[in-house]
Amino acid sequence: MANNNTVKKKKVKMSTGDKVFTVINTIIMILVCIAIVYPLYYVLLASVTDPVVVSSGKFLLYPEAWYTNGYTTTLKYQPLWTGYANTIKYTVVGTLISLVCTIPAGYALSRYDMVGRKPIMFLFTFTMFFSGGMIPMYLTVQQLHIYNTTWAMVLPVAVSAYNLIVCRSFFESGIPVELLEAAKIDGCSDFGFFFKIAIPLSKTIIAVMCLFYATAMWNQFFNALMFLQDDGKMPLQVVLRNLVLMNQSNQMGSSASEMVTKQKLAEQLKYCVVVVSAFPLLCVYPFLQKYFAKGVTIGAVKG
Amino acid sequence: MKKKTSSPKTAESGKLKKALSCWQLYILLIPALIWLIVFAYYPMYGLIIAFKDFKGRMGIMGSPWADPIFKYFKMFFSTSIAMTAIKNTIIISLESLIIGFPIPVIFALLLNQVQRSGPRRIIQTISYAPYFMSNVVVVSLISVLFSANGLVNHAVMGAGGKAIMFTSLPEYFRKLFIGSNIWQTMGFNAIIFIAALTAISPEYYEAATMDGASRFQKILYIDLPLIMPTIILMLILQVGNIMNVGYEKAYLMQNGTNTTVSEIISTYVYKVGLQTAQYSFATAVGLFNSVVNFIILVITNAVAKKTSDISIF
Repeated sequence: MANNNTVKKKKVKMSTGDKVFTVINTIIMILVCIAIVYPLYYVLLASVTDPVVVSSGKFLLYPEAWYTNGYTTTLKYQPLWTGYANTIKYTVVGTLISLVCTIPAGYALSRYDMVGRKPIMFLFTFTMFFSGGMIPMYLTVQQLHIYNTTWAMVLPVAVSAYNLIVCRSFFESGIPVELLEAAKIDGCSDFGFFFKIAIPLSKTIIAVMCLFYATAMWNQFFNALMFLQDDGKMPLQVVLRNLVLMNQSNQMGSSASEMVTKQKLAEQLKYCVVVVSAFPLLCVYPFLQKYFAKGVTIGAVKG
Repeated sequence: MKKKTSSPKTAESGKLKKALSCWQLYILLIPALIWLIVFAYYPMYGLIIAFKDFKGRMGIMGSPWADPIFKYFKMFFSTSIAMTAIKNTIIISLESLIIGFPIPVIFALLLNQVQRSGPRRIIQTISYAPYFMSNVVVVSLISVLFSANGLVNHAVMGAGGKAIMFTSLPEYFRKLFIGSNIWQTMGFNAIIFIAALTAISPEYYEAATMDGASRFQKILYIDLPLIMPTIILMLILQVGNIMNVGYEKAYLMQNGTNTTVSEIISTYVYKVGLQTAQYSFATAVGLFNSVVNFIILVITNAVAKKTSDISIF
């Protein structure tokens, strides 16, 4: 309440210059929001609107002239669902492995009493700025005989040094040293402390890590291109690329359908495929977004 | 003499004892360490093949050394594509940095001026939504929105212009690439500056109001100087990744007509390395890229350390 009052007082005192500033600022903010939301909204509308209306260039604000054949065809298209299933598999397996690697390591590296903490941390940080690169990584994957398997999708990206730093910063600031000392006096081991005290206290960081890793895994495209071979193993992103960017969407409809309907469908199918592959993630976004901001701010404590 | 030899010894054994006493912490580290060795440092060791005539069957160690040792580096510089790829990489990254870096800062400063917390939170939430989307989705969006009869061209034609083939004309590649980068990352990159801004004590603003400062002056003389350390830190990190242009997106946006501007070092590495299997040559090109990048990082870090006392290592 006190805060609200001061805001109101400030508003009363506002000079002309400040008023102009506020107006311009508001306009900029509205434009930014439109620039972000409208393209997405347009794609959503175009996916359910008659392609004739869409290509006539009308400025769409609400769905006029429904036409849902695009979705009927899209939903029947088997490779898309295979891609979905693969992506979900890679994301779930990958996120679990990443958590098992990152959370315990983040905790260990947050302990000031661990000998060799600094050099080990340096070895991880170094990977943020220098890496073997594409070809050596490809050869590593081949030598481990995981090429064209799920492991090739999840293991090379299992740990991100940045996430590890975020995790370590969280444990450093989030778990008081006194707690550890008290537990030690009671005869608690490091394992005991980590599993029974630190983990239950770190739901936030686990959520943040899940979000960061799962998004990265879900969005992986290039590694699939490099490390996978079979069409049946490709994740959603590759399927999407083939359909929209390599114009394979023409192959989606049944070959028997008339040329005109096919032409009409081809354009709409692109919109539908984008919606089907991007929107599930955008739907869960509002519930997860606060963790995004949290993760970044935790990481900022110690860059 | 005795003292001199014995004291380091006890220090050593003390350290060992200390290390042994926290053995459980090392166990917690094991999964990450295995990853570090296998997927970070073993590939770095694999960089040796840039100096060898790598043959798959003989392995990294067994393959003979290249003769001369810098054969593949020389080969790269003698190709006509080398200069194009280097030039494109540098131009794209510099433009991204110059245009793309200040925008999240400005956005954060302006957003911070939105007084009511409700709208402020909504705008912020919207602003980093695109960060969630994959490059494939973003490039797909570009391809449908900027196509011959997409939304943008209708706007162009509505304004009396002629339809432009945005996605295939070389002169629009960088505009689309950098523009969509900003669209994707502005909100996310702003988070850290917004956090720094909310940490500023309200006393500063109160004092400034007493002195009759306008809101614009407050941004310029309070906000900006106080978040400067964060800005410099982020700048070092960004410059330190300058040669690592988003190759995934560049690759996705590439087509037959725009390779003159869209071919960057990393996409070239992928093509010669994995599509034509010239492993040693591609590794050399990639190594060149990483080394240049690393040198730039070290220099930036040193300059920042000297001038502002802020550094990442």
